[in-house]
Parts: sequence; structure tokens; C-alpha cells
Amino acid sequence: MKLSELPVGRTAAVTTVGGEGALRLRLLDMGLTPGTRVRVEKVAPLGDPMQIELRGYLLTLRLEDTARIEVEKGKSA
Amino acid sequence: MKLALAGNQNSGKTTLFNALTGSNQHVGNFPGVTVERKEGALRGAKDCTVVDLPGIYSLRTYTPEELVTRNFILDEKPDGLINIVDATNIERNLYLTLQLLELRVPIVVALNMMDEVRAGGGSIDIRALSEALGVPVVPISAAKGEGLSELVEQAVRAARERTLPAPRDLCAPGAVHRTIHAVTHLIEDHAQRQGLPPRFCAVKLLEGDGPMLQRLSLDENEREMLEHAVVQMEQEAGMDRDAALADTRYAFIESVTARAVKKPEKSPARRRSDAADRILTGRYTGLPVFVGVMLLVFWLTFSVIGSALSDWLSLGLDALTALIDRGLTLWGVNPVVHSLIVDGVCAGVGAVLSFLPIIVTLFFFLSVLEDTGYMARVAFIMDKPLRRFGLSGRSIVPMLVGFGCSVPAIMATRTLASDRDRKLTILLTPFMSCSAKLPVYAAFCAAFFARGQALVMGGLYFGGVLLALLAARVLGATAFRGKPVPFVMELPDYRLPSPRSVGLLLWEKARDFLQRAFTIIFTATVVIWFLQTFDYRLNVVADNSRSLLAMLGRLLAPVFAPLGFADWRLSTALVTGFTAKEAVLSTLGVLTGASLNELTTVLPGLMTPQAALAFLAFTLLYTPCAAAVAALRRELGSRLATLGVVVGQCGIAWIVGFVVYRLALLF
Repeated sequence: MKLSELPVGRTAAVTTVGGEGALRLRLLDMGLTPGTRVRVEKVAPLGDPMQIELRGYLLTLRLEDTARIEVEKGKSA
Repeated sequence: MKLALAGNQNSGKTTLFNALTGSNQHVGNFPGVTVERKEGALRGAKDCTVVDLPGIYSLRTYTPEELVTRNFILDEKPDGLINIVDATNIERNLYLTLQLLELRVPIVVALNMMDEVRAGGGSIDIRALSEALGVPVVPISAAKGEGLSELVEQAVRAARERTLPAPRDLCAPGAVHRTIHAVTHLIEDHAQRQGLPPRFCAVKLLEGDGPMLQRLSLDENEREMLEHAVVQMEQEAGMDRDAALADTRYAFIESVTARAVKKPEKSPARRRSDAADRILTGRYTGLPVFVGVMLLVFWLTFSVIGSALSDWLSLGLDALTALIDRGLTLWGVNPVVHSLIVDGVCAGVGAVLSFLPIIVTLFFFLSVLEDTGYMARVAFIMDKPLRRFGLSGRSIVPMLVGFGCSVPAIMATRTLASDRDRKLTILLTPFMSCSAKLPVYAAFCAAFFARGQALVMGGLYFGGVLLALLAARVLGATAFRGKPVPFVMELPDYRLPSPRSVGLLLWEKARDFLQRAFTIIFTATVVIWFLQTFDYRLNVVADNSRSLLAMLGRLLAPVFAPLGFADWRLSTALVTGFTAKEAVLSTLGVLTGASLNELTTVLPGLMTPQAALAFLAFTLLYTPCAAAVAALRRELGSRLATLGVVVGQCGIAWIVGFVVYRLALLF
């Protein structure tokens, strides 16, 4: 499923990071590599962007970008 | 000896830099970009300078920050590098460390915020970490000043003895590992000829870095082998080159942290942050709190602290001017020189200093908001509405500050995450109606629109915002096209700002403003004085309407005829408005011989209400003041670009003024 579809409070493992160019490289650099566990912390008051926790820190991503990140529930790295 | 400080954003880099150098800092820009370059002498070692490199997460070349960091290390070859690592966020911070290690310069890792790791019940085996990375690791707390002397000692020693990082395989075993080694051997000679570290070059080639391919001048055969190696690596790893490289770095980091790091369950700082965020970015509370915080900042700045400071300052300046005035009169100094000193020099100094209280107060609040981590939350909650206009959430604060004063607003863009956002926001902030324009609006409304006052005022403020958003869209689709910056932002834990960092920032901003603004505002005031005082034969004028300034006003008057006001006094007032918007009214007063209260009755004699609307629209949109130009010049780092912006602002102001006038004629 897409990371953007993961409900708040749930954890899943990244399978692939889509997108292209600078955005995708930035996502990879920030540690969103295959197998990484991410948890959706909250969504901004206006419904976008979202806040996730990974590798022990908090990251903000726009929904359109998280829609390009595939995750798998119940799988851990 | 030159040491450079590199690390992630929010890793405490600025705090460490301030602690290492004290107030003896030189701030400038890296050439050609809006990226700040700070340099300072290392405390207790005058022959050693420390350069604060921008906060980055990786050494790619997609952002100006990453590019200047990489070029600085490769080309300026600092004697040593201090890599600051946030121990509470060690995995992601070490990602940059691995890339820095590839550059083969003496490195010492400063492991910051160790006190927080310990407070959360975690621990880090320093020796194991140092062994795994092949460089000295020094645990520190930059905020508390712990471990700094040990850090300096190690860094200076490593730099002096040119101790390179001990060779380590900085990747997890597997396909990528093998490929990096194969390519390193393949291009070793080329890299050494260029004076570049082979492993770094190999990794860049695997990443598909075009400039690196050019620089190494590989032959056809070698290029083919490289391509082949990449294809095979991607096949074996089961992912593309970018993912594979990031994956192998993180896999290596995980293997290191598994051995050396015992993570705390949840650090006390994080637990406090989570609690604060429940309100500060909460679904129902986030926006109201933000509005409240901004209102509070404005109220405190403009009504309480800033205005009190302003009043004291002007009291002091007035007293001083009066004293000088009396002294000069007693001494019987030549009246022209007397006028130059009192009306030119003193007025100029006063104009420069009058900005200072507001700038310092606003920056105090802005730096507190930034250093606590709240500014990142503002970006988080405001990103959605701003994205429509090609901006990101971070731009909201400088733009709001623009309603107070353009100067700190332009200066505040420094904290934006990307060069593009900074430039775009710098261009937009002057559209926000600053507080100095308010008296002009008020006087004109009183004179022309006694009944529709609220409507006209509201229209001006709203119109400025609307134009800014429109300009954002147009600029985003033209001048700034094709450079979208990913909005991938870390939300740091809330922390108490260090008084030292806040103090240093205020000192730096004030000094910076005074240095830059003094020349330009001072010159502008003296030039205006000169134009006001003399006629074209350089005789002192008795009648204002014969001065050089009036001549200039008459020369410009036809330019404003299509806007409905061709009276030379109005164009002259607009010219003096370049020094500061307050000057528009005072000039009109002087030229019409009316006091500020009498202007209400005098103005309707000069123009029609329709023309008054056009005049107000022009006042709203043209270059705010000389101080704003100085700030613009400082942040854009280019005289030509600054001139372009000023011309552009005047052009937009004229066009909008024209449209407003024509539309108003219809009613």
C-alpha cells in the first residue's frame, strides 16, 4: 500500500521509494530506504502534509510525495 | 590553520560554532548564492579559523548548500573537518559522516547532545564508534559547553598531523560494496591526476554524477566498463543505483549502531516535544495558536518593546540634534554647513537608527521561534495553503514580518531551506504593506475617502497580498520554473534557545544592518538634502519650488500623468519616499507649506480622488525604502539583481497605479 494511505499511528516497512530527481534522492538520503520502518505520527491541521517517524526522528512529507512510497504493513526490517 | 564545521541541520552546529568562536565572527555569502558563510577565529588560538558550512543532509549537488560544502572541502582544502553529529538522531546524521569520510580530509566527529541520550537511559560506546568509523569521536554538549576543549584539541591535532581517517570499508558487504571497489580501481589514476579521492569519485560515478564524469575524462572503454558495472550492481541489488547506494550506507550505519549504540526508549526531549505538539500542531489548536503567536510577536514588537525603544532612541537623538543645533548657532557656523549637519547628517543618522529597535526586537522573537523548533512546525501547518503559490510553509513568517517592516522580513529569509524559496520570498515581502506606509494611507484616506476609509485601507492591504500571491505564481512559472525544491523537512525536538546564540544573532543582525544600511540610507538622506537645498546653479534656495529636487520632481511629473497626478510636488514626494516612506508626507507638507494636519485640506487641491487611489497604489508597491534596498543587496548578493528588483518594483507600481486610476475613472 502507499504510505499516504497508512492510517495515523500505524507502522509499516518501506518497500520502494518512487518519484524522481531531487525529491527521490532527498527521501533516500533522509533514510527512507527499503526495509526501513516508518510510523505515521500525525497529519497537519489542514490535512496535508503528514508527519512520520523513522530512525528515531520526525520527518514531514507532502501527501503527493508519500503517495509514491510503497510500504508493507506487518513487515519489519 | 583552517578548520571547517559540517553537519546536519538541527544538529546544534550553530551553537557549537558560537561556542568555538565567540563574538568574533565574519558573516558573508558564498559567491553567487544566498548561502551564508560564517567564519571566526578559534577561541584561544588566534592562528586558527573555523568556517561554519551550511547545514546539509548529504553531499549531493542538488542544492546550493550541498554544492558549496562539497566545493569548499575539495577546492579550499581545509586543514581539518569537525563533523557534528546529533547523538539523539545518530543514524541519519552518520549518513553525512560516511560521505565526508570519503573526501579524505582529517576529520573529528563531535557527538553532540550526549547529555540527552544519557538522560533518556541510552548510551553510546564511543570507542566502538570511533573504531568503526576510523576517526576520533568526542562526546560533547554544545549547549552546555561540555567536551569542547577535548574536541578542539583532537581537531587541531588531527589537522596539524594531517591524520586522515583510518581506512574503513564504509559499506555493508554485497553487490554495491564489490562494485564500489571495482570502480575505485578502474578510475584510481584519473582521480589522482585530478587530486581527488578515488573512492569519492567512484561513488559519484556510480551515482551518475555528470560533472564528475567530465572532470575525470574517462575513455570510451572505461565508460563502458562503468556502465556495465552499474547495470550489474542494480541487477544484483534488486534496486536502482540511487536506492542501492543509500541502502548500503544505511545498512553499514545500522551495523555500526547495532554494536555501539543503546538507544533510549524515548528521550525526555522527545516526550516533551510530543506533548507540546499535541497543542502546537494539533488539529484544532495548531492554526489558532500560530495566529496567536504571530499577533503576540507583532503586538510586543510594535506596541510594547520596539516602540518603547524607538521612543527612547528618538528622544535621545532629538536632544542630541538640538544640542548640535544650538552649538552650531552659538558658534556662528555657515548656515549651509549648519543645515548639512542638522538636516542632512543628523537626519540621516536618525533615519538609520530609527529602524534598529524594530529590527532587533523582531529578530529576537524570530530567533527564539527558530531556535526552539517552532518555526519548523509553522512550516508544517502552513505548507498546504502556500504550496498553491509555489512556495513552501517556511515562507509565511518572513511574509508576515513584511507587514511590520520589509527590512527584517528580507533578512529573515536567511532561514528558508532553499535558495529558490529565499529569492522568491525576498521578492514578495515588499508587497506586504509595511507599517511606515500606514501614515500615508491614513492621511490620504482622511483627505479623500473619509467615508470609505476602511474599504480603501483594507483594499490596499489585501491588494498587496493578492499581488504578492499573483507574482509568486507568475515568477514560479517563469523565472523560477523547473527548480521545485522538495519539501522534506525534519521536525527537531523542541529545545530551549541558548541565550548566547540568540544574543550573537541579534548582535550580528544589528551590526550587519548598520554597516550595510549606513552607507545607503546615509547617502540617500544627504543626497536628498543636497537636492532640496540647492538650485541648479548651486545657490542656496529660498523657495522650495526652485530646488534641484523640485526640478527632478517636475522632470518626473509627466511620468505620473497617466496615473492622474502630474503635480510636481507629488512626484517629488515619491522621490523622497525612497529614503523612507515617512518622508512622503513630510515632503508634501514642506512643499505645500502645510502642517501634517492641514494636509487633509490641501491634498484635494492637488489631485482627484481617483488619482489619489493611484497614488496610494503606487506608494504601496514601489521600493519600500533605502534600508530595504540595502537588505536586498545584502541577501541577494548582487548589485545588478538588486537594481533589477528596484526597477521591477517601480514598474509594477506604475502599471498597477495606471490600472487603478483607469478603473476608478469608470465609477
